[in-house]
Parts: sequence; structure tokens; C-alpha cells
Amino acid sequence: MLAVISAIPFDLLLIQTVNGIVTGMILALVASGLTLIFGIMDVVNFAHGELFMLGAYVGVIVMVATGNFWLALIISFLVIALLGAVIQIVTLRPLIGRDPLNTILVTFGFSLILQNFALWYFGPVARRMPAPILSHFTLFYLDYPWYRLVIAGLSAAIIGGFWLFLKYSKFGVWIRATTQDRVMAQAMGIPVPWVLTGVFALGAGMAAASGVLFAPLVGVDHSMGLDWVLKAFIVVVVGGMGSLGGSVVAAIFISLLESYASIWVNPSQAVIVSFVVLILTLLFKPTGLFATPK
Amino acid sequence: MKNLDRHTIIYWVGFCVVMALLIVAPLVLPVFWAKFLTEVLIWGLLAMSSDLLIGYTGMVSFGHSAFFGLGMYGAAAALLIVHPGNVWLAILFGFAGAAGAALFVAYFSTRLRDIYFAITTLIFSQIFYVIIFTWTSVTGGENGLIFTRPHLTFAWFYDARFNLTTLHWFVLAIVAGSYLFLRRVTQSPFGKVLQSIRENEFRTRAIGYPVERYKIVSVLLSGLFAGLAGVLYAVQNEFAAPDFVYFITSGDTVIFNVMGGIGTLVGPIVGAGFFQLLRELMSRIFGDQFPYLIPLGFIFIAMIIFLPQGLLGFARRWLNR
Repeated sequence: MLAVISAIPFDLLLIQTVNGIVTGMILALVASGLTLIFGIMDVVNFAHGELFMLGAYVGVIVMVATGNFWLALIISFLVIALLGAVIQIVTLRPLIGRDPLNTILVTFGFSLILQNFALWYFGPVARRMPAPILSHFTLFYLDYPWYRLVIAGLSAAIIGGFWLFLKYSKFGVWIRATTQDRVMAQAMGIPVPWVLTGVFALGAGMAAASGVLFAPLVGVDHSMGLDWVLKAFIVVVVGGMGSLGGSVVAAIFISLLESYASIWVNPSQAVIVSFVVLILTLLFKPTGLFATPK
Repeated sequence: MKNLDRHTIIYWVGFCVVMALLIVAPLVLPVFWAKFLTEVLIWGLLAMSSDLLIGYTGMVSFGHSAFFGLGMYGAAAALLIVHPGNVWLAILFGFAGAAGAALFVAYFSTRLRDIYFAITTLIFSQIFYVIIFTWTSVTGGENGLIFTRPHLTFAWFYDARFNLTTLHWFVLAIVAGSYLFLRRVTQSPFGKVLQSIRENEFRTRAIGYPVERYKIVSVLLSGLFAGLAGVLYAVQNEFAAPDFVYFITSGDTVIFNVMGGIGTLVGPIVGAGFFQLLRELMSRIFGDQFPYLIPLGFIFIAMIIFLPQGLLGFARRWLNR
């Protein structure tokens, strides 16, 4: 037993804890957009990963043009939110009232289109994005970039801001009313179709923002979307569809496990850990760990 | 012949005409299109297997690439271990591989319904992809496995290596046989229960049917036929590659179904043909580099909104009678 404990490299463990929390916060941001769109609209947004990827590309373009990272973040949020609104109005609105499976098919179609568009327009070579904050601090023997911690903080701030927005703003109240009872909300004079459009746009914008935040860590390419949407799906199933808090907790939990696992196995195999978590969740609590009864 | 009604006669005459055309096709078509047709039949079989879930049991599977891919690797194992390769052994191994994957997916995914089922099948197929992609010593990793086409043997009186024409006939025989089998299944009492699960799962359960068991069997059955398609594809192209276990294959399968018309069994084959034909035409007109999936994606979305029944949807009732 003692031998096992002393075999664990504690410094590495701490570094991986920080790494896990950072990726976990980004994942939480992606997944919360996904879970909101599902919880409120009954739409499983398959194109969420592609919106994340396109957001990162828009961020890179603005960054190259202006050199200002924060401007890139805001413009990318707005552009992708607009794209989301257009997608919702043109294709998802006619499907309201049909089987929700139709929406997964339509958004799957969009994920194909957007991914192939990115490949065709931006080419297969990954783009680099410089981080806005270049300073480091020392974590054991590593020069750990401050930017990673900033990402975690910013993601938390965006999620928190969103939660406050849902809780206190007028539009947030509209959203919650629409979730609870669409017909009644309509009867009260809430413009339900536009609330749905707004929610989709907001979710898309959140995906884009997380894309921009994440871009400096690994670079941007056309295929990054699928990995993220898969992870976000796992998070959402484990956390319980439609539960904002659940997806944040599940995102951090899974990312931590994955980064601990990557101490011992290579990162592409570490993914299997999150699959195992998913399987265990399905075995013992198929509705998700934090599902809100609906 | 008095007890044969008009529908039955027209149906079987139509079936024989289509079969006759498909049998003659490789003899008259140029090599490229003959090969194209064989491939469409194989994709059609894959899509048809998934139609059993989508169209009849009401569960959309986004994970058929796992069954298809395991069928491919099963065939590869049979053809690499035993010399000379035997196609029946390849099918047996392919079945074993696909059945393993299907058992796993069926056991876990059928606990969930609707969208959750779709998502978990997708995630499970990615598990198989990751395993196959990273387990280089057995699966060849990124490069996949290469082998030569097996012999087609019938007991003692026929033994020859496949050529394109015999392969086409072999594929056609298997696809037609699978179609007739699946059609029989959907019309059997078992198939009726599947359809009642699609229509109203809670009521089916309340009547007393063990819904989970029916779902597991239908996923297994669907997975077996998807694995069969994988074996045929491996035999035709003489390789097994991790790309086919990747999500894109599953996505294509769903597209074939939606385009052709779910719940018709032949619709998915038509959908596969329609999709591959459009793709071929576009790359001929606009060149190889053309991102054909962009216009195809738009066509797909337009079909969901304006033609949710698919190309053969108008004949759905008639085909299922």
C-alpha cells in the first residue's frame, strides 16, 4: 500500500489537477450551451461542436486583423450567435411540433455542411492563435501560463453571468417561462418563437466564445468540433440533460479524471475513462446524476 | 391462383424485374459503374439494417459504423489467419465481431430512449473507434489491414477466386436475401411488437411485452446485418481501415435512410444510390476537390423539412403490406 502511494507523483498530480480544471471549465461552457438548447427547446444541437470550431476560426481571423484578443472574443460571439439565429429561423422553426429526432437530423446536416465548409475554405492546416496573456508562473518545475487560469476564470464568469441572466433579467424570465409551459407563456404575451431563436443564438454564441478561449491552447482546425461535441454529449448525459449545474460538475469531474489518466496512458486512450464514466452512469442512474425531473 | 391478390402479384413481379435488372447489370455496364452498383448495394444493406431500428423500432442509431467496422475487421481476421481465404469463414468472423459490438451497445443503450439512445450509440461507436485506432499491434492502427480477396466456395463443386461479376452477384444475393429476411421479420409477430414500441412504448409495456428484450434483439439483429455489410465491403475493397469505424460512416447511414425513406427497407438502398450518384455527378462536374458534402447537406436538410418521408415514402404502406 505504501509503495503504491509513494509511486504516485504528487507534483504531477497537482499539475494535472490544474489542467483538468482548466479544460473542465471550457468543456462546461460548451456543454452548458448544449444543455440549455436542449432543456429549453428540446433540440439536440449536433452542430454545437462545429459552432465551437467556427467560433475559433472567426476569432483567429479577427485576431490577425486587429491584434486584439478581447475584440476577437466579442466579435466571434456575435457572428456565431447571428449564424445560430439564422439556422434556427430557417430550419428549426419549421420543425417545432415535430418529433425532436428531426432536429438532431437537421443539426447533423449543418454539422456536415459547416465542417466541410471550414475544410474547404480554411484548408486542412491548423491555424495558430497567440494567447493574449503571455506571462508564466512557476508550478514546481513548470512554467505554467497564467492564460490557462484566466480561461478557467472567464469560463466560470460567463457561466455565472448566464445563470444570473436567466434568474433576474426579463429575457431570462421569459426563457424560464417558455421552458415550463410554452402554450401558457404564449398566452401571457411572451413572443415564444423569438425566445427560442434567442436561446439558440445564445447557445451558439457560448460555443463560439469557448472556441476562441480554447484556440490558443492547441490551434484551430476543421475537425476539432466532433471531439468537443462528443465530450459535451457525455457530460450532458452524465450530468443530466437540461441541468446547468449538473453539466458544470460533470464537465469538471470528467476532465479531471481524464487528465489524471493521461499521467499513465497516452491522451488518446485517456478518452476511454470518460466512456467508462458514461457506461457506469447508464448502468446505475440512466437519467443522469443531477437530472431535474421534467 | 385465386387466393393471390393483386398487390402480392405486382409486388413479386416488381421484385423479380428489379432483381433481373441487377443481375444483368454487371454484364452490360462499364466496369466503373458495375463496381459503383455493387458498392451501392453494400451501403444499401448497411442502411437497411439501420432502418430496422429507425423505421420499425423507432430508435435512431448514430453508431452503425461500429457494427460495420467490426464486421470489416472480423472479415480481415478470417482472411489473414486462414489461407486460402474463404468468404463463408469471413462472414462467420464478421458476424462474431459485429455481434460482440451489438451486444455491448444493445445492453447499455436500450436503457435510454429517443435522443439519448442516439447520443449513446454515437459515443459507443467512438469507443470502438478509439480502441481500433490505438491498438496498433492487432488492428494495424491508422493504416488498417490489407488482404487479398477470398475464394468463393460452394461445398465441393465450386471453388474460385472472386472476380467483379461473381462478387456483384454474391453481394446481390446476400442483399436480396437479407431484404427478404428483414421483411419477413418486420411482418412477423416480433416485428409487429417492434412497431408498437415505435408507436407507443408505454402502452406496449403496459400490455405486458418485455420492451427492453425486444429492443435488445432488434439492435442485435440490426448490428448483425450491418456487420454483414462490413464483411462485403472488406471483401470488395480488400482492406479494413479505422476510417470506416469513425462516426462519418454512421452519419452516412442515417442520411441514406432519411433520403430514401425510413420504414420501407428498400428506401435506404434507394437513398444510398441517390446519395452516391449525386456525389459522383458532383465530383465529375466540379472536380475532385469539390466539397460535395456542402450541397448534399443542404439537400438533406431540405428533405427533412419538406419531404420527411423520403424518396420512397409515398410507397411505404404499400411496401409493408
